[in-house]
Amino acid sequence: MRVGLFVPCYVDAFEPEVGIATLELLERVGCTVEYPFDQTCCGQPMANTGCHAEAAATEALFVKNFSDFDYVVAPSGSCVHQVREHLTAIPQTDAVKKVRSSTYELVEFLHDVLKIDALPWAEFPHKVAYHGNCNALRGIHHARPSEIVKPYFSKPVDLLRMVKGVELVDLARPDECCGFGGTFSVFEPAVSAKMGYDKVADQNRAGAEYVVSADSSCLMHQKGCAERLGLPLRYIHIAQVLNGAAA
Amino acid sequence: MSVEDLNPRAREGVIHPEVRAADDESERGQDGGRLQHAEAATKPIRAPQTREKQPRGAKIRGDRPIDQAEAAERFLAAPLHQAAHDERLWDLRKKRDTSAHGIPEWEELRELASAIKAHTLTHLDQYLEQFEAAAKANGVQVHWAADGADHNRIVLEILRSRGAKTLVKSKSMLTEECGFRHHMAANGIEIIETDLGERIQQLDNEEPSHIVAPAVHKTRMDVAEVFAKTLGTDPDNDDAHYLAESQRETTRPYILKADAGMTGCNFAIAETGTVVTCTNEGNADLSGNVPPLQIHSIGIEKIIPKVEHLGVFIRLLSRSALGSPITQYTSHFRGPRKGTEMHMVLVDNGRSARLGLEEFWTSLKCIRCGACMNTCPVYRRSGGLSYGATYSGPIGLIIDPTFNKRKYSTLPFSSTMNGSCTNVCPVKINIHEQIFAWRKVLVEEHHIPALKQGMMKAAGAVLSRPAAYRAAIGAADSALKVLPRFAVYNPLNTWGKKREMPDAPRQTFHAWYKQNRMQKPAKDAAPKDAAR
Repeated sequence: MRVGLFVPCYVDAFEPEVGIATLELLERVGCTVEYPFDQTCCGQPMANTGCHAEAAATEALFVKNFSDFDYVVAPSGSCVHQVREHLTAIPQTDAVKKVRSSTYELVEFLHDVLKIDALPWAEFPHKVAYHGNCNALRGIHHARPSEIVKPYFSKPVDLLRMVKGVELVDLARPDECCGFGGTFSVFEPAVSAKMGYDKVADQNRAGAEYVVSADSSCLMHQKGCAERLGLPLRYIHIAQVLNGAAA
Repeated sequence: MSVEDLNPRAREGVIHPEVRAADDESERGQDGGRLQHAEAATKPIRAPQTREKQPRGAKIRGDRPIDQAEAAERFLAAPLHQAAHDERLWDLRKKRDTSAHGIPEWEELRELASAIKAHTLTHLDQYLEQFEAAAKANGVQVHWAADGADHNRIVLEILRSRGAKTLVKSKSMLTEECGFRHHMAANGIEIIETDLGERIQQLDNEEPSHIVAPAVHKTRMDVAEVFAKTLGTDPDNDDAHYLAESQRETTRPYILKADAGMTGCNFAIAETGTVVTCTNEGNADLSGNVPPLQIHSIGIEKIIPKVEHLGVFIRLLSRSALGSPITQYTSHFRGPRKGTEMHMVLVDNGRSARLGLEEFWTSLKCIRCGACMNTCPVYRRSGGLSYGATYSGPIGLIIDPTFNKRKYSTLPFSSTMNGSCTNVCPVKINIHEQIFAWRKVLVEEHHIPALKQGMMKAAGAVLSRPAAYRAAIGAADSALKVLPRFAVYNPLNTWGKKREMPDAPRQTFHAWYKQNRMQKPAKDAAPKDAAR
């Protein structure tokens, strides 16, 4: 199985450990992973701002980089949602369609494709609040959102339960958006930051030591908010926890 | 399917664990148990004890784009108001969840409601004619209004020709859309709103901020202040019962002597020609049934084919809005009482045009429950008036631009597109996807600021060229100098005002990969990095 690793631009620049953990974890579970060296971004910042023409060349580059793989895997629900649902600024050739349908977020790839049932190397003896990124939760269906009246499931929580020592804490507003929202975070900074403050306060009240998520962008925003408020919370990507980060 | 299958937390008797916490002091019923139904809050709202000036809404400057972010920032600068607003609406969302999760076939109901609306909207001409014929057969005089001005003209004509000078009305978003009250005031007709929240807003000369709870952005102290000024109540008494009673007592005389009465419409049943309103105060019954002349204003999208379809919507409406199984009153207006006149005005006001918009026509399915507002994290922190439009919150973002593309061009950007609105919508409107689609339309039609589009163009140019991208990121230690603009697209550093910047990593993943995986074998590669 040839897996192409997509490391989103902000992970590349701000959270390289997340990329490293994703790569190592995929290799650990038996994948042959390649990292196309000319990759940049999925086009989401432009597409979400309505600027589809401006996103086209970036989307075309993404498809060019990843058209030769059985699967494309990225440690970001948000970017995978963009590729799967919104990579539409370029003509929908067979190559484009193939890349879009074979792109997976790390958690769903482990859970649904590889059907991982044990992570013997992983141990994380901490109180953890899981943050479901909105695109991962409602866009690519990582879990049953609280609004929907269907049987409960959660793929990331299933995986975290395989990690020794993880104690999950309950949030008062478990799947409320944290306010990052991509360019929303800079064009509507007041509301964005207030949503972030409320989110990290909820995590703090729940007694979390760590906040774990499948998206670095939300974590970066929440970490910035928690630090500004002086809360003793730490933020870590699920790839690192599943890969055996000792914290 | 059992409740426990739906949510493991149900074993503990709760969907949201904090709903029935020890501090639950909601009203008790006769059996001594806490009341979870009706409009009462799950827990009493902690009303601010300190006076704080009520923040006002967005500045309206003709057709110029609304600055929602600016108004939201002012709302946030009034923390007591913001906290009360957020708490109140989140409470409604929780009650909505609790009551929805109590109905195993909830998702089927949504599906059904959505399908009934889709069917009706795609056969609208037919059902409207059927409605008109049935209403006429009931002795109702039916009028057609192409737009808001037409609606106001028709109603004014009816009133004038009968010498009516005063009109009591129940809540109607359609009449807000038409600017009805202002138009009537300018023509010497006195309008009295009979819904408590709507009356508060009328007396304060402010638009409703929420389609179900028009004054939800105000605290009790704000209401006490407004009532003291306008109704002569005690300015220092902000007891909710006292204030509500004052409004009822001062409104009743108007109802008894009004020349005409008006209601809006929740559902118009084609088969019977009936207008159905759903209220909790009974004020629609009073407004419609007491005066000798009654008028019902109906948006043409409110049609449903048959009485049997009504049950589907009634089960969804109040549960979605407030978490109560049904509104206190579900009133059917069918024909004039003996010796009185009944008029129905069917209003288009942009709806036919919206029906022709391929990506946006399903917004006409909306039954005005307000669930999308209650769940919207941006709305709860901005206040409905920050949108500067008749419809605020998520549903407003996708309807308002159809009224005025330039003025409301900014609204679809006032969202994180988190999708919760879509999930609570009882008629399954894909609200967040329409927000995404509106952004594209607005950019294509040049309705976004040149600065924003310029930044996206620059970003697109760099992100589509690997060499330029690498050059921009450069050495790891320079990443932060470039990234606020580059990865965060932020020339003004609005990020850093309220949030700490991310730490500068030692190197990018790209550089790490090059160093560790392209030059030496993989096994002695990455050190185990701890979370920072």
